[in-house]
Amino acid sequence: MAMGILELRSVDKVYASRSKTPVHAVRSLDMEIGKGEIVALLGSSGCGKTSTLRMIAGFESVTAGSITLQGRRIHELPPARRKVAMAFEGYSLYPPLTVRENIAFALKSRQLSRAEMSRRVDTIAHLVEIEDILDSYPRSISGGQQQRVSLARALVRDADLYLLDEPMGQLEPQLRAVLRGRIKSLLAEREMTAIFVTHDQTEASALADRIAVMEDGVLQQFASEKELKDRPANLFVASFIGEPPMNLLEADVSRTDGGFRLSVGRDVALQIEGDALDAVARKTLETAPSLRIGIRPQKIAVGSGEARVRVASNQWLGDQSHIAGELCGHLVIAVTPGRVAARPGELVPFAIEPRHIHIFAADGTCIHHAEAAAR
Amino acid sequence: MEHSSLAGRIFRGIALALVLVFFMFPIVWIFLMSFQTNEQILRIPPRLVFEPTLGNYAALISGQLRTTAGNLEISFVHNLWNSFALSSAAVVLALLLGVPAAYAFARFKFKLGETIAFTLLSFRFAPPLLVLLPLSLYYQDIGLNDTYFGIVWVYQLIALPLILWIVRGYFEDISPDIEHAYRLAGHSWREAFTRIAVPLAGPGIAAAGLLSFIFCWNNFVFALILASADKQPVTVGALAFVTASGIQYGQIAAAIVLSVTPTLLLALYAQRYLVEGLSLGAVKG
Repeated sequence: MAMGILELRSVDKVYASRSKTPVHAVRSLDMEIGKGEIVALLGSSGCGKTSTLRMIAGFESVTAGSITLQGRRIHELPPARRKVAMAFEGYSLYPPLTVRENIAFALKSRQLSRAEMSRRVDTIAHLVEIEDILDSYPRSISGGQQQRVSLARALVRDADLYLLDEPMGQLEPQLRAVLRGRIKSLLAEREMTAIFVTHDQTEASALADRIAVMEDGVLQQFASEKELKDRPANLFVASFIGEPPMNLLEADVSRTDGGFRLSVGRDVALQIEGDALDAVARKTLETAPSLRIGIRPQKIAVGSGEARVRVASNQWLGDQSHIAGELCGHLVIAVTPGRVAARPGELVPFAIEPRHIHIFAADGTCIHHAEAAAR
Repeated sequence: MEHSSLAGRIFRGIALALVLVFFMFPIVWIFLMSFQTNEQILRIPPRLVFEPTLGNYAALISGQLRTTAGNLEISFVHNLWNSFALSSAAVVLALLLGVPAAYAFARFKFKLGETIAFTLLSFRFAPPLLVLLPLSLYYQDIGLNDTYFGIVWVYQLIALPLILWIVRGYFEDISPDIEHAYRLAGHSWREAFTRIAVPLAGPGIAAAGLLSFIFCWNNFVFALILASADKQPVTVGALAFVTASGIQYGQIAAAIVLSVTPTLLLALYAQRYLVEGLSLGAVKG
C-alpha cells in the first residue's frame, strides 16, 4: 500500500472533558487506510468504534490529533465539505420523501441529468433489492427495508470515503449474506474506500479486507482476519476473535534442557524448544513463574492425549461437535468435525500440542504464536 | 363496533347525547342569549322559544350601546382587532425566539441549559398579579405603558415557555442523524435546521403556536393594567357592558360569541395538528 487515502494520527476523543467524570472514548488512535480498501471496526459496544466513525464524518469533534482524507485535513472542515457518505445505524431517512426521493436526494447537490440520476437510483435499488418499494414512504416500510434504503442512499453518492454504521444489523440472515457479496463486489468494482462498524465477526471477516479490533477506546490490532486469528497481538484479540473463543489456561513455567516446560495441572506438560522462541519470549519465560497460554478449540484433538477432561456438555451442531469440559479448574472447549461419544460427567482425553499454543506475557501481549495453519 | 346490538347502539347514542349536552350547554345557552334582549334573558322562568333579534350584534358592530340610561359608545370591533393583533404579534415573536431556542435545548447540552429552560417555564406558574405592579411601574418609567409593543412584549412571555417546551419535545423526537445525513450530503447546519428540523417538527410548532395564541387571546389582567381604552383586547373591553343601568347580558353573550369564533375556527382548522402535536411532543417527558 502506497499512501493511505485516510489517515488518523493519534486521535483522541474525550466526552465531557470539563466535567468530573470525563469519558475517554478513543485513545491515541493511529490508522492508515488505502484507496479501495474495506475496513471493519470491530468491538463490543462502548469500545469507541462508533465515536471514531462519527469523528471522521464530523458529528463529533476531535479532542486531539488529526484526520486527513486525500491530503485534506478534514477534522477542521464542516461535514458538508468532507466528501464523506454515511449510512446511519438508525437509518435516518427523510420522512416526507419517498424512498426514491430519499436516495436521489443524496445526488441533488451534483449537477446530474434527470435520466442519469434515475439510472443511478435504479442500479443501486436493484443491488439492495428495494425496487418494489421505491415509491413508498419510509414510515410504511419495515426496519430491514429502511436499512437497505439508508445503505443505498450512502452508496449512491460519489464520495472519497463511505462510512457504514452497522449496515446490516436489521436484515435477515439469508439476505445479509447475499447483500454482503453484492456490496463487496460493488465496492471493489468502483474502488470505493469504506469503513464499517460492526460487532459481528462473521460480517467483518466476510466484507472487510482488514479488521480493526477496538476495546476501551484503544486499537488492539489492525490486520487481516487470518492475521488476527493466527497471530493475535494480545489476550483481548485472542479471546475476542474466533468462534468459539480461544481456550486460555494458566500454566506453570519450568526450565528444561534447551527449553521450557509449561504445565497445566498434573496432566498437561508442554515442551517448548528455546530455539522456537525469540529473545523477548525467552526472557519472559525465564523470569515468569507462570503465565497464560491459549489454544484454539479447533486445534484440540479429542479422544487421544494425556489431558483428562471431565465433560460438561457435548453438542452436535450438524457439521461439528462442541465439547466443553473442565481441565484443572479451567473451562476448555474443543471442536471436532465428527460426532464424539462422550456424555456429561465422563472423563475424555484431550490432546494439546506445543506447536498449537499461543503464549501471553503478564501484560496480555502475545509473545509467542502458534504455528500458522497452512491454508 | 359492527357487532353491537340495536339496544347497545341506542344506549350509546343517548349516553353520547347526554355528555354532549352537558359540555355544550353553556355555549349553546350563550349562543341563544346573544339573540335575545335583556328583558327576554332575565325573564323567570327562562324560555327556550323566543323571537330572535340581531340587535345585540348590531349594537356591537355599530359601537352604539343603547341602555335605559342613554347611549354608550363602545369599541368592541376595535377591541376584537386589538386582541387579534396583540395575540398574533406575540405568537409570531415567540415563535421566532422560541423555535431556535427549543432546538438549542433539544440538541445541545450546555451549562445551565436545564436551569434556563426551567426558569422560562416557571414564568407560567408565577401569578401574574405578583409581577404586575413592578412591571407597570417599570413600564411607566421607560415609556412602554399603553403601547402595543409593551403589551406584545408581555404577551410574548405567556407564549414563549409553551412554545419552547412543546417544540423542544418535538425536536428531541427527531433523530439528529436525519440532520446529520442532510449535512453530509453537502448542506450547512443552517439549511439542516430550516429544511429538515423545522418542517419535521411542523405539527408541534403549529400546535404550540395555536395553544399559545389561545392563551394570549384569553389574557385579561396584563391588558387591564397596561393598556388604555384604544389598545384593549376584547377580554378587557367586555367590562364596558357592565353599565350604570345594569349588565347588558345580551351584548355580553354576542360579544362572547364573536370573540370565541376566531379561536374556535382556528382550533377546528388545526385540530388535527393540535391533537397529534400535543400527544406526540409534550406528553413524553
